[in-house]
Amino acid sequence: MTDMSVGRQPAKTKPNVPRPRSQLADFAAQFAESRAAVIGLVVLAVMVFAAIFAPLIAPQDPYDLASLSILDARLPPGTESMNGYVFWLGTDGLGRDLFSAILYGLRISLAVGVMSAVFALIIGTSLGLTGAYFGRRLDAVIMRLVDLQMSFPPILVALILLAVLGRGVEKTMIALIVVQWAYYARTVRATALAERSKEYMDAARCLRLGHIQILTRHLLPNCLPPLMVVLTVQMAHAVTLEATLSFLGVGLPETQPSLGLLIANGFRYLINGTYWISIFPGIALLVVILSINLVGDQLRDMLNPRLNR
Amino acid sequence: MTALVVSRILQGLGVMLAMSLIVFVGVYAIGDPVEILINPDADQATRAEVTRSLGLDRPVWEQYGLFLFNALQGDLGRSFVFNMPAIELILERMPATLELAIAATLLAVLLGIPLGLVAGMKPASRTGRTIMAGSILGFSLPTFWVGLLLILVFSIWLGWLPSFGQGETVDVLGIPVSFLTADGLAHLILPALNLALFKLALLIRLTRAGVKEVMPQDYIRFARAKGLTGRRIIGLHVLKNILIPIVTVIGIEFGSVVAFAVVTESIFNWPGMGKLIIESIYMLDRPVIVAYLMVIVVLFVVINLVVDLLYSALDPRVRLKAMPA
Repeated sequence: MTDMSVGRQPAKTKPNVPRPRSQLADFAAQFAESRAAVIGLVVLAVMVFAAIFAPLIAPQDPYDLASLSILDARLPPGTESMNGYVFWLGTDGLGRDLFSAILYGLRISLAVGVMSAVFALIIGTSLGLTGAYFGRRLDAVIMRLVDLQMSFPPILVALILLAVLGRGVEKTMIALIVVQWAYYARTVRATALAERSKEYMDAARCLRLGHIQILTRHLLPNCLPPLMVVLTVQMAHAVTLEATLSFLGVGLPETQPSLGLLIANGFRYLINGTYWISIFPGIALLVVILSINLVGDQLRDMLNPRLNR
Repeated sequence: MTALVVSRILQGLGVMLAMSLIVFVGVYAIGDPVEILINPDADQATRAEVTRSLGLDRPVWEQYGLFLFNALQGDLGRSFVFNMPAIELILERMPATLELAIAATLLAVLLGIPLGLVAGMKPASRTGRTIMAGSILGFSLPTFWVGLLLILVFSIWLGWLPSFGQGETVDVLGIPVSFLTADGLAHLILPALNLALFKLALLIRLTRAGVKEVMPQDYIRFARAKGLTGRRIIGLHVLKNILIPIVTVIGIEFGSVVAFAVVTESIFNWPGMGKLIIESIYMLDRPVIVAYLMVIVVLFVVINLVVDLLYSALDPRVRLKAMPA
């Protein structure tokens, strides 16, 4: 029991005894087994960083009309602007630097995707967990709602909701939350039903803890791992869905140009062979989705008991 | 069996009623279509006249009651924009969407199952790995962006295929279809490929998983010991056993193909009901939106019913389980 001695001697004087790795380190080591997942995580981190600090990184503020010149419109990638700056990815129909526009677009796309996925997680988890815990009629009602929701494709439900609500940031987020909560509810319910009959739950009940305390302190933490997998997968879905809706012109308004809107704006110039306005934002979108999916795939493999090594 | 069918149909009717209520109340809040339809300079009298002629001056519940009553007679209101019955407008556009969806599904099946078989038989080979990597890409690529890429590469750069509209059509039983003329077929290829891509990736994964599960089974080894050729083993023993989940997924996913056609139709200007609904949303053409929804709900209820029945017909185990209930 070398651990007992840690208090007396400094850690560095016992090099031969490997310290028991913390859960987090274990987790990280297991995650690192897939090189693709690590690459995905790194790329994702870079993208998130770029999105957060877009105003500092971007060479141009694409929405400051004073800095735009219509003479710069639709310049191919690599062209030098009049004040000596090089448009590495070209410019769009209004003379905006496409690289800067993509950074700002990424910011909006990620913010909307991540926030709606997290809200959906909170709503779906609360409903699924209470349903599983209390059972009976409440559970039945919630699960019928989940069934109804899932029998229609998300794109259709979101489209109809936005047809009713109109365009807008909050409205797009509401639509994304409505189409996503059911996945969390179903996942957490399945886990919670299995956990409910375990001994620690009986113990908590015997201690006469309150329902809320049992739910949040005992049941919820044990249902988290599968939820994290669903969260990553749904984030990718949310980003794609928002881009699709914005591309169709029913999602975000023109004042909040996400990647989907940038692609839509480039679509009208595509016929003349002006490909970069649509293609580069699309590549940025693809890289985000692909890296989230790679991370999600590895998380799922790690948490899948059937694949346990 | 009959009990199953009847209960499913009743469930479907319930879903339709609920949806009609949700949609109608929701759409009522969308805005005032009168504002869009008439000249902004029109005086109050004209305005009131138009409002009355569209029935917009009555209370919501009365409008809904009237809507429900009419819907039961197949009348879902008149399009404000086209000034024709909304249901007729939708049904007129539906064949084009169904043609596109069926073409996409066929494409996904014809490419996906063979590719999945190859990937499943030789999972470690370079071909197998390439196919799987391709399917991951297929999952991650946003459909609408792939559509743009297809247009860029095949119609603008290479100039091989048209990217706009349905092309020349031929009437079959009074329904215009594209796939029977050379021009129409050329117009069909790109949108169908675009729509098929996601399902293709899904079918590859599904088939591969099925093959990997079936191959180590005793009856496959027995067939091999009997001296059957590889082709016969795959064609008869493997395919038959992996087909049940595949058929189910194809059925369930057909509905989502129809839904996703909204995106593909908008990009390729395919004159189906998906393009119509997007235009109607822009124009706030409420009766068309509601009619589209009702048609889609009916379509989904029918698809789910057919898949359920097909499933129990294909797999005797499901049939036995469903009996006591």
